[in-house]
Amino acid sequence: MTPAVAEPGAMAPIALREFHPFEAAGERYVYMVPSAGVFKLDDPSAAVIDALSTGPRMPDDIVGELSGRFPEERLRETLQELAGIKAVGTADAPREEVVNDLPPEGFPLTTMVLNVTNKCNLACTYCYEYGEDKIVDTTFGDQPKFMLDETARDSVEFLLKESGDLPVAHLTFFGGETLLNFPVLQDTVAYARRRGAEVGKRIEFSLTTNATLLRPDIIEWLAENEIGVTVSIDGPKEMQDRMRVFHSGRGSYETVQPKIKELLRKHRTRPIGARVTLTRENLDIRRIYEHLREDMGFWEIGFAPVTTDSARDYALEDEGLDDMLGQFEELAFEWLEAAVENEHHGFSNVKDTLEEIHKGVSKAYPCGAGLGLLGVSTAGEVSLCHRFAGSDDHGFGTVTDGIDREQQREFLEDHHIKNKTDCHTCWARPICSGGCYHESQVRNGSTTGPNLHFCTWVRSWTHTCLEIYGELAERNPEFLARFDA
Amino acid sequence: MKHLKPINQKAGRIEAQIQRELAADELDVVGLESRPPDGPHIPLGCSLVFFPGWEADSQGGTAGLCQPVERDLFDCHLACFWPAHVPDQLNHSVDWTGKCASAQKDWRKLDLVFP
Repeated sequence: MTPAVAEPGAMAPIALREFHPFEAAGERYVYMVPSAGVFKLDDPSAAVIDALSTGPRMPDDIVGELSGRFPEERLRETLQELAGIKAVGTADAPREEVVNDLPPEGFPLTTMVLNVTNKCNLACTYCYEYGEDKIVDTTFGDQPKFMLDETARDSVEFLLKESGDLPVAHLTFFGGETLLNFPVLQDTVAYARRRGAEVGKRIEFSLTTNATLLRPDIIEWLAENEIGVTVSIDGPKEMQDRMRVFHSGRGSYETVQPKIKELLRKHRTRPIGARVTLTRENLDIRRIYEHLREDMGFWEIGFAPVTTDSARDYALEDEGLDDMLGQFEELAFEWLEAAVENEHHGFSNVKDTLEEIHKGVSKAYPCGAGLGLLGVSTAGEVSLCHRFAGSDDHGFGTVTDGIDREQQREFLEDHHIKNKTDCHTCWARPICSGGCYHESQVRNGSTTGPNLHFCTWVRSWTHTCLEIYGELAERNPEFLARFDA
Repeated sequence: MKHLKPINQKAGRIEAQIQRELAADELDVVGLESRPPDGPHIPLGCSLVFFPGWEADSQGGTAGLCQPVERDLFDCHLACFWPAHVPDQLNHSVDWTGKCASAQKDWRKLDLVFP
């Protein structure tokens, strides 16, 4: 029950509590922390917040101060409503503790990422699997190069079992270069379809590829089986060829370009996206976007900074991150103008964040890894996510033995936002929750800590996305329904 | 809400929750120490009463700690839904408290009951 803070004569001083204010389309909003509710303020509520921004006051003083501008009754109503959403509260009320609410036991698996091979026909300089920052010894380690049919089938059974009562489960193929193990892909999809039908569960498929091995028959198979495809690509020729090279050092653009065109022409059953790795040298986001969207014809393009030790010369550091942010903002506002006209724009980063804002997610964990998403190594070992596949330190059992629930519980206890004390004063924590485990492992040598090197970036980007969300809510609110569900 | 407009789904749920709380104010479960606007809250049954008050009394202080044991006994007898501690006064031991007009003075007069 909301305590009555605004009754005449109330003797407790009141103060602002935790939220992030933003403006959009000439209106004022608050993003509540940690509830992640977005509210639009009217004039009296904005005035109350402004008045309280200088420090705690008695409710009667606030009302007195603003009574020339608004009727007293409206001001008291406003105060009570702001208290209701916890934007204001009594000044001596303790900070709201971050609740240590672990997910329920036996949380179902929604997505399994299957590393069907750890071998790759490219030798991208920044590769986290083979490059300088690798976690698992993929060259001389004990993981098989290719997953066997049998392991893949066991993995399908694992997914069917661990997804519990969910009507739909997702199976993503990953590598290495996924298509190097095409025979196992074919077998696994056929097997999963048959077993899914038997137990009454729909399985959706997707894969990530570098596109070098696409052939007409593979493309046909992808289209027929409605397999979602993400292509790892860095942009036009000179950008792609800088890092995404064959083992000989030759660039891969000339090889992939015609194959991607063919893929986009023939595979129409699922939208096809591009996934770009940004580095210090590869940062002309606008040019990359236009090339991949307009010249190539990808439906969506997502960008991510390279995950690497800060010492590498291709690492994205402060200035590069600022540059990236500026370009992200430009594309994001372009996305907004398209959305206002109900048109599609392919910049997927903004869409993903807006969806989280729309739903009001408030995360205890940065992503589903270790919870609803797990990776499986070529040997059938279950891991935190595909980026940790085969790592002994980040294992969660095997596909034949099932999820090691005790290890999972321990992981969830250790990685809860409750333990990330650096995050407790940050307003962006409902969306960020400390960021990628793999990024943290590579930068800090451990998955437990937040990625403090991204804090400023994440807050700025989230602020921009809030502004875009507010604009859209004002100019084309119907569009937001696309994020429902 | 008149002054704040919920925009995202979560805000809608927060508003709905506030509305529910307002509507349910009179029926809400409250602690013994809460004082709703219409006066002190009188709970029914010992499961809601903080007796015998080992840590704090019903006012949240320590002045009323350690009620006499007979008070505890009678709370079970009169207000509690859980009949295990006291004789069944409805059927078998109708006159169990017949000689005990005031529990604090007369509790020794309570009879033993043999079923």
